[in-house]
Amino acid sequence: MKKLLKGSIAAVVFGALAMTSMAVQADVIDDIKKRGVLKVGVKADYKPYGFRDPSGKIVGIEPELAQDVAKKLGVKVEFIPVVSSNRMQFLQQGKVDLMIATMTDKPARRKVVSIVDPNYYSSGTNILAPKKFGFKKWEDLRGKPVCGIQGAFYNKKTGKEFGAKIVAFKGTAEVYAALKAGNCVAFVYDDSSHVAKTKSKEWADYEMPLPTIDDAPWGLAVKLGETKFHEMMSGMIKDWHKSGRILALETKWGVENTPFAKAMNAKYK
Amino acid sequence: MEAFFEWFKWLYDDTGINLPFMYDSYDRGRMINGFFMTIKLSVLCLIFSIIIGMIGAWLQASPLKWTRRFVGGYIQLFRNTPPLVQLYFFYFAIGTMLPKVASDYGGEQPMLGGFAWAVISLSFFAGAFNVEIFRSGIEAVPNSTIEAAKALGFSRLQIYKDITLPLAFRVVLPALANNLVNLVKTTTLAYAIAVPEMLYEANQIWSDNVNVTEMMIFMLLAYFLLVGVLVWAMNRWERSLKIPGYGA
Repeated sequence: MKKLLKGSIAAVVFGALAMTSMAVQADVIDDIKKRGVLKVGVKADYKPYGFRDPSGKIVGIEPELAQDVAKKLGVKVEFIPVVSSNRMQFLQQGKVDLMIATMTDKPARRKVVSIVDPNYYSSGTNILAPKKFGFKKWEDLRGKPVCGIQGAFYNKKTGKEFGAKIVAFKGTAEVYAALKAGNCVAFVYDDSSHVAKTKSKEWADYEMPLPTIDDAPWGLAVKLGETKFHEMMSGMIKDWHKSGRILALETKWGVENTPFAKAMNAKYK
Repeated sequence: MEAFFEWFKWLYDDTGINLPFMYDSYDRGRMINGFFMTIKLSVLCLIFSIIIGMIGAWLQASPLKWTRRFVGGYIQLFRNTPPLVQLYFFYFAIGTMLPKVASDYGGEQPMLGGFAWAVISLSFFAGAFNVEIFRSGIEAVPNSTIEAAKALGFSRLQIYKDITLPLAFRVVLPALANNLVNLVKTTTLAYAIAVPEMLYEANQIWSDNVNVTEMMIFMLLAYFLLVGVLVWAMNRWERSLKIPGYGA
């Protein structure tokens, strides 16, 4: 028993040591230019903000924004697909230089990654549900299984305040399969994604019936401490708003111009 | 009790070590549910996989050619495919093909949910290994013992149940313990089909609170203890079954 105890303590100490990461501070812009490639973490399952086209290439509004950044730096761009539960870790570990991955701007997240002001986009939370259920208010979800994405912040709220039983999967593809199979009655996710979905023929029997809640800004982020890159990105976002780039991209990818994008355009014009 | 939970809030404010499943009652509820879900899933899979192993090993020695082939096919299929692929296969492929039943809220839902599929899939997965493990034990039982039993008029089932299996059990326990330890660790895969077990809940908590490091350390310790208990129990069992003079 004593031997076992000693062994377990050693194992734990070893584990803790391995987890202590050594942060190396260098200016990331120089690294990117030296490398000739800007690595950007984007979504690959979130139409139309970041998704794969039939040839497997990652395209969408956010990849186009990333392309603008690469162009400004004079380098090539490489897209690294991320999901909600690992995107901040990718940035922390230096696997990506920049993250534009539909991330909602939250104070707790600002402690971990460097979210750039002003916000580049905004969306709220809503559900995608079959029309036959006729949901009218969020409380209608009480006690029913509702699909979500693992790691999304509104899962907690939907479960805690509205009493839904959250059934969370890794990616949206699994959720859509589960929703169609009837494993859940609705999919709680960003309204911007649902808007695009309800327009497709395959999802004609589905609707986005509830009032949107938690309208919250999205933040793109760089690694903590990368002040120079942070400032450059801040300037880029202002340019995007000023030139109406965001509005143009929305139109290009079939999204109605959101109030947020219009307001920001008016503000910086 | 409340003061104890408050202390973790203070720990967070003071040192930055964030353990929300201690001070946040909602997260605490989730973590506790996840813990019991892991135990429930593990225990059910352990029981079913051992049953599958024992029955499978008996059928494998059947005089009927097709029974032997069937068991062989089952072992090949489940041993040679990754458990995560099996889970997805059962949940998304088989699950959607089965007839649907009416749900309490006026819709239709698949007959079996994520939990049921996780139990089925993981039991069959570990069961395939258990069949082979039990076979190794059965083959270790001396032929003369079985011949003696036959001479005394025991039937094939009686010989298996009363003579071969009890002796084989003692031989296979170390290998069986190994496989069962693996099974408990494999239950974490169930989070891919949204079974709210411990890793699933921890994943949601670290996403909400951005305290990945703390949660990872906690998960490591939690599974270490959980599997430690199982190993301890298996060791005790092994000792209590020991027959002086039999085996090593």
